[in-house]
Amino acid sequence: MDVDLKKVSTIVDKYQGAGGALIAILQDIQDEFNYLPPDALKSVAEKLKIPLINVYSMATFYKSFSLKPRGKYLVTICLGTACHVRGAKNILGEVKKRLNVKRGETTEDKMFTLETVNCLGACALGPIMVVDGEYHGQMATRKVDAVLEKYKSKGEN
Amino acid sequence: MLKLKLNGVDVQAEEGWTLLETARFYGLPIPTLCHYEGLSPYGACRLCLVEIGTGPNAKLVSSCTYPAEEGLEVRTHTRRVSAARKMVVELLLATCPDSKTIQDLAASMEVQKTRFKVRHDDCILCGLCVRMCSEQMSGKAIGFVNRGETRKITTPFDIRSEECRLCGGCMYICPACQLRCQGPDAPGVVCGSCLNVSPVCLEEYEDALCYLDPCCQCLKEEVKKK
Ligand code: FES
Ligand code: FES
Repeated sequence: MDVDLKKVSTIVDKYQGAGGALIAILQDIQDEFNYLPPDALKSVAEKLKIPLINVYSMATFYKSFSLKPRGKYLVTICLGTACHVRGAKNILGEVKKRLNVKRGETTEDKMFTLETVNCLGACALGPIMVVDGEYHGQMATRKVDAVLEKYKSKGEN
Repeated sequence: MLKLKLNGVDVQAEEGWTLLETARFYGLPIPTLCHYEGLSPYGACRLCLVEIGTGPNAKLVSSCTYPAEEGLEVRTHTRRVSAARKMVVELLLATCPDSKTIQDLAASMEVQKTRFKVRHDDCILCGLCVRMCSEQMSGKAIGFVNRGETRKITTPFDIRSEECRLCGGCMYICPACQLRCQGPDAPGVVCGSCLNVSPVCLEEYEDALCYLDPCCQCLKEEVKKK
């Protein structure tokens, strides 16, 4: 996959080459490309004059960074204790079935990426499913379809 | 000069010394694994634990990273320290029983078996190779990636790194990827070919009574005489 390194360069320049801004830079790159392309990481290391391994360590440490291309919408299912006892597992199962992907995978049409998390800090709303940053609380298996459909049609046009 | 107490004795330490350096300066042996002269202290293995403070406030700290402080009371060979170090060795043994370095540490601390499930991993994440590469070889080719259970040491993207000059420094310093000691095959994970006995003094006193290295040298002399 070709990566527009000029975009990377603009992002890094925005932070004036400050090494301490690495996380912020990676976040911006991820916003731009939807994931962290290897070439982008290499160019960040070069521009900041820090070893590539430092950038790579950082990128693999945080769960919110992805080194694999992601779908347009990120679907996050909470499997924390509170959500778990309210049946998060079933929600996850339902989503898996609907999207036909496993955890950490992206659908073939590049629309959704499925991920899980252990507590979002909004337990009262459990079980929770987050799509594209929007929280859907009190989920139930029968609601899954409607939520996914909403984003699907949104994403298609 | 800082004044502190080391096993009840008044000692002095230079500003900036760690407790490990202080103890070694006064000839007290403290086992270490992830510490290496010439590399920055890292505090990963916890073998170098010592007890600081007194009474209920006493706590265990890693001496390789803890700086000497004015008035600090340090004890290097208490029952608690000894138990904690043994636990650490048992954990290390369970992770990498094939390492001669770890086997030797176990033998020198009279550890006879490990209570933990043996895993036969090939890395204990001590970070020696990472520091060797970046601090002595100016390579910066390897580092820690991932987090928690999946943490490991590797090159960027798991492929041959352009920075690596194949100097071999990482392998030179690694305590885990080496041949197992050639002792007789013991039934358990612990090689056991070195004499394993327990320090008798700890059964009676809170502190060990001498600092012979390895511990139990006193008993071994006895055994030899017989
Ligand atoms: S357990 Fe799901 S939000 Fe806390
Ligand atoms: S030597 Fe101090 S923690 Fe490893």
